[in-house]
Amino acid sequence: MMRYTWKRILTGIVSLFLLATVTFFLVRLIPGSPFQRGGVSEQVVEAVEEEYGLNDPLIEQYLSYMGNLLKGDLGISYQDPGTSVEEIIGRAAPLTVSLGLSALIVSVIVGTGCGVFYAASEKRAVKKVIGSLGMLAAGIPGFAAAILLLMVFSVKLKWFPSSGLFSFSHYILPVTALSLYPTAVITRMTGHALDEEMAKDYVLFARAKGLKKSRIIFTHALKNAWFPVLNYIGPASAFLLTGSFAIESVFTIPGLGREFVMSIANRDYTLILGLTVFMGTVVILLNLLTDLLGAWLDPSVRRAYRKK
Amino acid sequence: MRKENRISSKKRKGYRDEKAALIILLIWIFLAVCVPLFGPYSPTEQNAEIRNQPMSLIHFFGTDEFGRDNFTRVWYGAGISLVIGVGSSLINGMIGILYGAVAGYRGKRIDMILMRAADVIAAIPSILYVILITLVMGPGIKSMIFGICIAGWIDMARVVRGEMIRLKETDFAAAAKIDGISGIRILFRHLLPNALGMIVVNFLFLIPQAIFTEAFLSFLGVGLSAPTASLGTLIQEGRDRMILYPCELLAPLITLCVLLVVFHILAMAMERRGGQTD
Repeated sequence: MMRYTWKRILTGIVSLFLLATVTFFLVRLIPGSPFQRGGVSEQVVEAVEEEYGLNDPLIEQYLSYMGNLLKGDLGISYQDPGTSVEEIIGRAAPLTVSLGLSALIVSVIVGTGCGVFYAASEKRAVKKVIGSLGMLAAGIPGFAAAILLLMVFSVKLKWFPSSGLFSFSHYILPVTALSLYPTAVITRMTGHALDEEMAKDYVLFARAKGLKKSRIIFTHALKNAWFPVLNYIGPASAFLLTGSFAIESVFTIPGLGREFVMSIANRDYTLILGLTVFMGTVVILLNLLTDLLGAWLDPSVRRAYRKK
Repeated sequence: MRKENRISSKKRKGYRDEKAALIILLIWIFLAVCVPLFGPYSPTEQNAEIRNQPMSLIHFFGTDEFGRDNFTRVWYGAGISLVIGVGSSLINGMIGILYGAVAGYRGKRIDMILMRAADVIAAIPSILYVILITLVMGPGIKSMIFGICIAGWIDMARVVRGEMIRLKETDFAAAAKIDGISGIRILFRHLLPNALGMIVVNFLFLIPQAIFTEAFLSFLGVGLSAPTASLGTLIQEGRDRMILYPCELLAPLITLCVLLVVFHILAMAMERRGGQTD
């Protein structure tokens, strides 16, 4: 078990290093200068580039960036001198995190609920309806759902506000759009895993003993069927973070995704670099955490490693 | 007996969904190929006299602010989505099959090194790469496909590796080895064809993923840009005018959703069937 843990942590560290390195060089490869725009003379551009150290040898820039990164210093925004990238992240991240976390909670609860309902129901119609809805939710992209929700519920019906993230009612539409896909995935996972669990001998035994079906599902079967969902939380968080780019753009929420899209439009290299590294790091760490948690909790994984 | 009946009727019903999905997909491909090629309008030609027309029999989805026929533009965009989806999935599939086959068949250290490298790449959210690559290479179909192919092959590699590990322990693989057949020949002639089911399932999941990625990025304004208008670009353009001209937004949006859902249904159906025949 320790070996697995160390191996996994090592992979995580290599991923982080690769992320920072590749992103750094890719951003330097983007053609054009961040300071080039109409009305600015060559000399000024060169002077500013000199000031920011953009004319130093690339390897020197890289080393100093990595050194600063280890200290948690992501540099200063090119378009908004005076604000550091950390400040922008500090301002934008709470919005994205609260949006993503709400979507995660909603999709875990609704997804598990629908999965249990799917497995417990003996009516074909129920299975068919949940299956078809899941298929739709998995197929329709989040940004398309967001636009449709916006059109119907805030433009036409005016039930919910269309922009910002200030009160509970602001959360409903974006969270719904964002959580559609993970909800569908979790529903399918718990549904199928529960179906398999319910066919096992220990469930038959529990039934023979006279336990109620709900009791069997919630105290026995669900515990075993839920491990894949735990492992899915890592990839789901990656999906929610990148998915929120579009959702934030549709609902004009000034979170990380919107900052990222704007930094691309503005060619703000330090901000692109900083946000990519920050978001990548968050996803890598969450993946690591859920993988380790899953491995520690899931007895079958533990056993597989003990044998080796 | 009763249970058997229920399963077989369920199967028949399942096939009906698949057939419907397949027919819709074929119609979509047909329209995406034929409307821009043989239709009366060009997706890019502008005509100031017929700007912002509503839906009619001449222009099924109306016209946009430059007088371009939306029906033609939508199917042209669907064609681009399909090209990117199928093209990048073919490349991803080939890389993934080779990578996974080598890792699974050789095993031991090579397997360990290759799969750790794949884990490292897979841990980083791939959309971030795709965005950076379109920035470096400039927007366009090529850079989009290249970006999608950087991390898109990993799932396929994992699946093929698993199949190889399972298949190389089988009797027929051992028999081929005793016969003195070379490793490469065993791999390509005997093992890979047996993994074909899983490969096709995975391939079918790759296509909607790639189409989604392209539409998502074009929607954000970092993917394709005018005049190569994909469905994502059209949705992005239509969004600014959705209150006045909802059709301009809804037509590409619904076309895209149907395309993605249909691919999902087919992929899921193949996955179920793959599980049954195993």
